[in-house]
Order: sequence, then C-alpha cells, then structure tokens
Amino acid sequence: MNKSPASAPTREGLRGDRLTRRTDGRLILDGVGLRPVPGGITGLIGPNGSGKTTLLRLLSGVLPATSGVVTLDGEPLTAIKRREIARRVAVVEQQADTQVELTATDVVRLGRVPHRRVWAPPTARDEEAVREALARTRLSDRAHQPWHTLSGGERQRVQIARALAQQPGELLLDEPTNHLDIQHQLELLDLLTGLGPTTYIALHDLNLAAAYCDRVVVLDQGRVVTAGPPGEVLTEQLIADVYGVRATVHPATAADPRPYIRFLGTLGATR
Amino acid sequence: MSTDTHTRGPDGAAQAVVELDRAARVRGVTGSLLAWAGGLALLALSMALAIVIGTARIGVADVWSVVLAHLGWGETELSPVREGIVWELRLPRTVLAAVCGAGLAVCGAVLQSLLRNPLADPFVLGVSSGASTGAVTVVVLGAGGGALSLSGGAFAGAALSFAAVLVLSQLLGGSTDRVVLSGVAVMQLFSALTSVIVLTAADAETTRGVLFWLLGSLNGASWTDAGACLAVLAAVLLLCLGHARTLDAFAFGQDAAAALGVRVARTRVVLLCGTALLTAAMVSAAGAIGFVGLVLPHAARALVGAGHIRLLPVAALAGAVFLVWVDALARTVLDGQEIPVGVVTSLIGVPAFVLILFRTRGVRR
Repeated sequence: MNKSPASAPTREGLRGDRLTRRTDGRLILDGVGLRPVPGGITGLIGPNGSGKTTLLRLLSGVLPATSGVVTLDGEPLTAIKRREIARRVAVVEQQADTQVELTATDVVRLGRVPHRRVWAPPTARDEEAVREALARTRLSDRAHQPWHTLSGGERQRVQIARALAQQPGELLLDEPTNHLDIQHQLELLDLLTGLGPTTYIALHDLNLAAAYCDRVVVLDQGRVVTAGPPGEVLTEQLIADVYGVRATVHPATAADPRPYIRFLGTLGATR
Repeated sequence: MSTDTHTRGPDGAAQAVVELDRAARVRGVTGSLLAWAGGLALLALSMALAIVIGTARIGVADVWSVVLAHLGWGETELSPVREGIVWELRLPRTVLAAVCGAGLAVCGAVLQSLLRNPLADPFVLGVSSGASTGAVTVVVLGAGGGALSLSGGAFAGAALSFAAVLVLSQLLGGSTDRVVLSGVAVMQLFSALTSVIVLTAADAETTRGVLFWLLGSLNGASWTDAGACLAVLAAVLLLCLGHARTLDAFAFGQDAAAALGVRVARTRVVLLCGTALLTAAMVSAAGAIGFVGLVLPHAARALVGAGHIRLLPVAALAGAVFLVWVDALARTVLDGQEIPVGVVTSLIGVPAFVLILFRTRGVRR
C-alpha cells in the first residue's frame, strides 16, 4: 500500500510540511509533517485538543498556517485559488446544520458551486454528478426529503454526497461519526472505504480507526507522536503514553488484520 | 431523443450529454424569462391601479397617455393640473414605492442568508438609525447651513453608522454574529443620539415632521429620489444576482462556504457594502419602512425555495408589488389624512409574519 508505484509524482495529494499554527499565543500545531495514502484512508487520532481539527482546517486551506506549508500535488495551497481548491479538495464537517429549508438534493447540489460559472444555469454534467453522488451514498430515495427531517446518519451521508459531487481528489472528514449510533458509524465508514478520493479522517474511536484506516497518524499536544499502519502503531504503550489509559491490544492476525483494543481504565485511577 | 441512442457510441453519448445540457439551459432560461415577464406585468398593473386611486379622479388610460406624452409619443388631453398630479406626484411616488419594496426585500433576503439569521433585515447594519441621526442633525440643528437637505443628511448619517458597524465588526473578528452585534450596538447609540437631539432642540412642529419621516413615508417623493434609488437598486440587484450561488453556499456556515470555494471575507464586505448602500439610498428618500425587508424574503422563500437565483428576483418583485399596494392603502384609507407607510407595513406585516412562522414551525425543532 505505501510507496505504490501507480501514484505519479504529480498526484502527490495533500501534504503537510512542518506545519505550525499558533492561536492567541498558544501553540496548537507544532511542526506537523503529513503525507497521504494515495486512494486510501489516513486516520488522524489523538486526545481532545491534540490538534486534529486544526490540522484538517489547515489542509483544507480554510485556516492559514503560522509557518510551514501545505501542498496540493506539489503546489503550495496558498498559491491556488479558493475555487480551484474546492474542485480538488472536499470537506465534511463534524456536524453541519442549517436553518435554511433545503432538500437532500439541494444540499448535494452545493457541491457543484465551485464547478459552475457565475451566470450559467446548471449543466447536465452538474446534474449527473449530483445524481451519481446520491446513488453512491444510497440516498436516491431520499433525494427530495427536507434536510431537517433527515436523521443524523442520513445528514452525514448527504454531506458526503455533497463532497462527492465536488468530484474531489482529496476528501477531509472531521469526526463524521461523532453523533451517530454504532450501526450508522459502521455504515458511514463502510461507505468511505473504496470511495475513490484520498481521504484524511479525524476519528475519536481507536477501534474504528484500527478497522478502517490504512494508516494512522497519532497527534498529541500538536505534535505527531508516531504514524504507520494501525497494527504497528496502536500499542499498549502508545495508548498509555498518549491517552493515559491502560489497555490490552489484541494484535492483528492473518485471519483478522485489524487490531482490537480493550480499555481497562485510566492510569491514575487504578494505581 | 431516446430512439437513436442505441446507434451511438461513446462519442454519441458525450454528444447526447451536450445536447441535454443545451436543452436544460434553454428550458431554464425560458422559464426564468417567463417568470420575469409575468412578475413585471403584475407590477406594471399594480402601479397603474395605484396611480389611479386617490382624491382626484383619473383613469388608467389617462395615466398611459401622460406617460407616453412624456416619453415623446403623442399628446395628452388631460388638464395641466391633472397631468401634474399624475406626472409630478403619483407617478414618482409609485415608482419610489416599487423601488423601495424591491430594494428592502432584496437587502433582507441577502442579509438573512449572509448573516445566517432569519431575523436580519436591511436595518440590522445600523443604517436606518444613522440616517435618522443625520436627518435630525440637518433638520433640527440646521447642520450644513442649508446646503444639506434632509435626504443628504440622512445619507451621510447612514454611511457613517454603517462604517462604524463595519469597522467594529472587523475589530471583533469579522464573524457573522459579530456583525449583528455591532449593528445592534451602533443602532442603539444612534437612536439615543437622535432622541437627545429631538428632545432638546426641536419644537413640536419639527418633531412631528421628523417622526413622520422616521416611520417611513413616501409622501413628497420626487423623480430625483425615485431615479436615484432605481439606479442604485439596479446596480445592487445585479451585484447580488451575481453572488446568488455564493449566497447558497453560506447555508451551512462560513467554513462550509469557504470549503466550497467562496472567498468569505471578500464576499461579506462586498455584499454588506452593496446592501448598506441600497438601504441608505432608500432610507434617505423614504425613511425607515419596516417589516418589508424582514417578511417579504420569508414569503418569497415559501413560494420558490431557498435558491437565490430564483429567490432574489421573486423577493424583489413581491416586495415591489406589496409596497405599491400598501402605499396606495396608506394614503387613502383615512379620509384627508395620510398614515406613514411604515406603520401600515407593520400592521399588515406582523400578522403575515406570524402566519409564516406557523407554517414553518416544524422546521426548527
């Protein structure tokens, strides 16, 4: 999976180099370097306040880095127009909501905004992209349902459909499973697997990260602690160091390549 | 179209997509042209009827003949006095009513979307209270030494208060809620200043005149007022229509808009300045006519949905027709006395607003 020769040098995707972000004098990110798994899923994990969300915002170009550079296929993000970025990078937020009365299709159509010219009506290509995005997220039968009547899981799927309608090469998701029950969490992550775009996803749940990510990057206090395949990275020692939690890790086997983590308690409470 | 698709190869399929493209575009354009034509016809009819209504009896045909005569086609048989009533009084007044209705509704719709606040209206930027202060400074305190008219003073005050809101909100970080809060703060300040000036310096007669204007009145509208507002409306409406899709992208907030390729800060400043300019022009000419800018956008949304490329024209036309009729009502319902149009808009607007709230009460949990 890593160092796949299929990825041409121009399709480097979104990379971060020595990214630092300071807000009100506080260091949020401290020299983070990052490279994606082409066509795969990279998980960003770490405790609350470790900088996952900020890192995603830097990668999408919504927030400028204090120092360091984000590149998109080798070109600094700051040198690319916002609209051009939006055609190549799509973002799904933790919990998006609106007071505007929109149907699922209306929301997915927003994904075409960066592709359309100012005075031109939607083209057949726009409509096709919207239809396809709805179909791939299995929302075709919900197409005309008002947004405010959709469940939390459906809303997140609509947001992913909107992101797909942007036809991006890169997809950024910030804890998209946060407010969902376990069935919808698994459904959503299943959906992301093999979706096409190179994906960065911030996740809280280590077992989900272990199950669905090709590679995980562990952040703590704004720094990358370690990075690699979940089976190598997610060790009992790491979980103790980063989260302050005792855990047993059932290692990956040939039958099940996904490690499984069982949490035993906080380090402080049991001593 | 379906009959010959099976003979087409991959190139044919691409060709079909292009044709579909063209068909959809033609359909979209004809549809919106038809809607525009229908809306404008309704507006023209409303204006003609509104001009006819009044103490002096004048027919629709007379109105047409006067308009045509002034455009250089034919002669009117009306007496000069009646011609004057049509051309110098009722026509500019009705045009100003239509322009203000359209402008207030468009500004309201844009600000509600941009600030993500369903309660936003054109006066949320502090423009109206700044205009009031400017107007009383000229009328009551005699600022400008006669060189400034009430309208001129109002426009200067509006510009000043909007500048204050813009600077304050940028200093506070520029987010949408900061804009709203800055507007509230500046509005309170200028209202207080207006009150101080009126209470300490004005005599009863002047106070009454200023109050009447503050409530919103189209009384004494001139072609200069109507023409100036119409020009600003045309420019700002075009600007907003150009940003229609950008406004759609604000549905899920600023970050979401930015991720969809919108240059948020630039868009916000451009649209705030545009709507403030239009509001200032309207307030200077007709005072602060309330509720049109709050209610009509919601009514238009209930009619055609939230997509701005349709919402903005519909809001504009609906606002124009609405204010033309309300003004006709305001100047005729009480015999020999005129009610400020802003009072009537609120009297009609409040129940309408409550109705809309009831209709949409399922939306927001």
